[in-house]
Amino acid sequence: MTETLIQGLLLGGLYCLFSLGLSLMFGVMRLTNIAQGDFIVAGGFAAICIAPLVGGSPLLAGLVLLPLAFGAGYLLQRGLLNRTLGKDPLPSLVVTFGLSIVIQNLLLEVFSASPRSLESGELSTGSLSLGGDIVVGTLPLLIFVAALAATVGLQLLFARTPLGRAFRAVSDDREVAELMGVRSAHVYALATALATVLIALAGLFQGLRTTVSPADGPLLLLFAFESVIIGGMGSFWGTFVGAMVLGVSQQVGFGFDPGWGVWFGHLVFLAVLVVRPNGLFPKTKG
Amino acid sequence: MGATVIRSTRGSKAVLAGAVVAVVVAASLPLWGESSWMREFVEISCYLIFAMMWNLLAGYGGMVSVGQQAFFGLGGYVMLALGNLYGVNPFLAIPIAAAVAALASLPVSKLAFRLQGGYFSIGTWVIAEVFRLSIANVSAVGGGSGTSLTALRGISRSVRESTTYWVALACVVASVALVYVFLRSKEGLALQAIRDSEVAAESQGIGVERMKLAVYVVAAFGCGMAGALYFVSNLRISPDAAFGVDWTAFAIFIVMIGGIGRIEGPVIGAIVFWALNKFCSDYGTWYQLGLGLLAIVMTLFFREGLGGFLNRRLGFDMLPTRRILKLGAEPVALKSQPVVEARV
Repeated sequence: MTETLIQGLLLGGLYCLFSLGLSLMFGVMRLTNIAQGDFIVAGGFAAICIAPLVGGSPLLAGLVLLPLAFGAGYLLQRGLLNRTLGKDPLPSLVVTFGLSIVIQNLLLEVFSASPRSLESGELSTGSLSLGGDIVVGTLPLLIFVAALAATVGLQLLFARTPLGRAFRAVSDDREVAELMGVRSAHVYALATALATVLIALAGLFQGLRTTVSPADGPLLLLFAFESVIIGGMGSFWGTFVGAMVLGVSQQVGFGFDPGWGVWFGHLVFLAVLVVRPNGLFPKTKG
Repeated sequence: MGATVIRSTRGSKAVLAGAVVAVVVAASLPLWGESSWMREFVEISCYLIFAMMWNLLAGYGGMVSVGQQAFFGLGGYVMLALGNLYGVNPFLAIPIAAAVAALASLPVSKLAFRLQGGYFSIGTWVIAEVFRLSIANVSAVGGGSGTSLTALRGISRSVRESTTYWVALACVVASVALVYVFLRSKEGLALQAIRDSEVAAESQGIGVERMKLAVYVVAAFGCGMAGALYFVSNLRISPDAAFGVDWTAFAIFIVMIGGIGRIEGPVIGAIVFWALNKFCSDYGTWYQLGLGLLAIVMTLFFREGLGGFLNRRLGFDMLPTRRILKLGAEPVALKSQPVVEARV
């Protein structure tokens, strides 16, 4: 029981990293990124490509990957996604859906359909004892700590910094924020850049922990989405808790039958939607 | 000064007459055509009906669903279960399967409508995944690996193929006609008002929520019908094929090519899609990648689609659903008159 709970929470750490980017982009500009999962997979493949160039260290690969992701996210928002924003959600949905198809097929063409993983050396085999007979892997624990740090970091960024103030301002009322001198196109691009960094980090960890393959994206998107909705929109802590709930639910489902984990997670998500449509910790509404 | 409401033009009547002739010619195809043509037609019919339903949802109801494959797959599986397990004629099972899909959409809408905008889209996708994973656990219909439709075994191949073809033609004509008549009715006017502005429509006394639910149920019916038809023709079903998100991907592509929020859009889009499939599908991943890119480009730069472009070049709507108010007593050519679009 304790074992299932701990494994579930550690899995939730990974899901939290999947979902923070989605939560951030929706929160700042009401943009739903259907390609979120494919971005994560692309991040994983990028890490796999970079690692051999920097001597195989995942840490160094991350140091190269994250700034690149920041730049790519910024350009994507400035060059493409800013054009799709508006009252009507249709353009952004169709464009990100199209992007998802483009990324999947591009990855399939370049890397073929077989799953790949990132060599992590001793990171994947190491483990820590938490007292008693409970032992957790170093890597899952590291992912959990990273998720916690990212959540705290985003919360602080939004609450305490000028950039966070700009994010909240354009989210509340774009036109008024622009009248106050906020360059919304730039602010949106920074939000997506930040989200893309989190996505790339999630992809790196996904590649280290298990495998990535070009067709994985949609399922990862659904996990990210479920975490956001279970937790309640507009709050990063909500997303964090939502990811934990989803991770534990899936782990419990896996316990019954190896094929039931994902299904059980979906059912818990639907149950939350029935009982608490605004999530467990709602802050803003769609 | 008098005023008249224009609901059709000489051009649109000609289009309608041409369509009737085309349907009559198409109905005789089993007498002179090849069986591969019939199979192709049946397949593209399923795409067309599915895309029309997606257009109704996204283009008119403002509901960008990524999960209509839930009803497509359900329709297929209900038809198969009725045929294989209960001995119902699969052709007769098609309307029953569509009705079951429509019925199922009522409780599903209770869940899906709790989410708005983009989150509605992904929520419907999760629901479709739940359908897929749930059916994969039902061993009576083959579980995760699927099963074959055995109910048509006694029927000869040529009879089966031409019957499937005629049923498909009937389904397409019925779907287009239903959507057309519906959009020209009072309720259709309400729906177009919702498309143009939800707030304004609501302020004029239109029950927006009720209307959206109606569209959702109708779309589920159509998707269920398309699914049942597809697997009558295909003879083999599996959860991955029936509930795959590819169905929605192709529907989005078809609608964006033809023009969203216009009835002729999916028809034109389906023809283009058929041609592209025929000549380019050998390119595999590059072809799919191209479809994705084309959908992005159409959305950003040609929202009116090919349908809108053609209407503009022709100077009249091919399948008019608008009510155009013409001021002035004597009827003159439509183009030279000041027209006010009835938005009610």
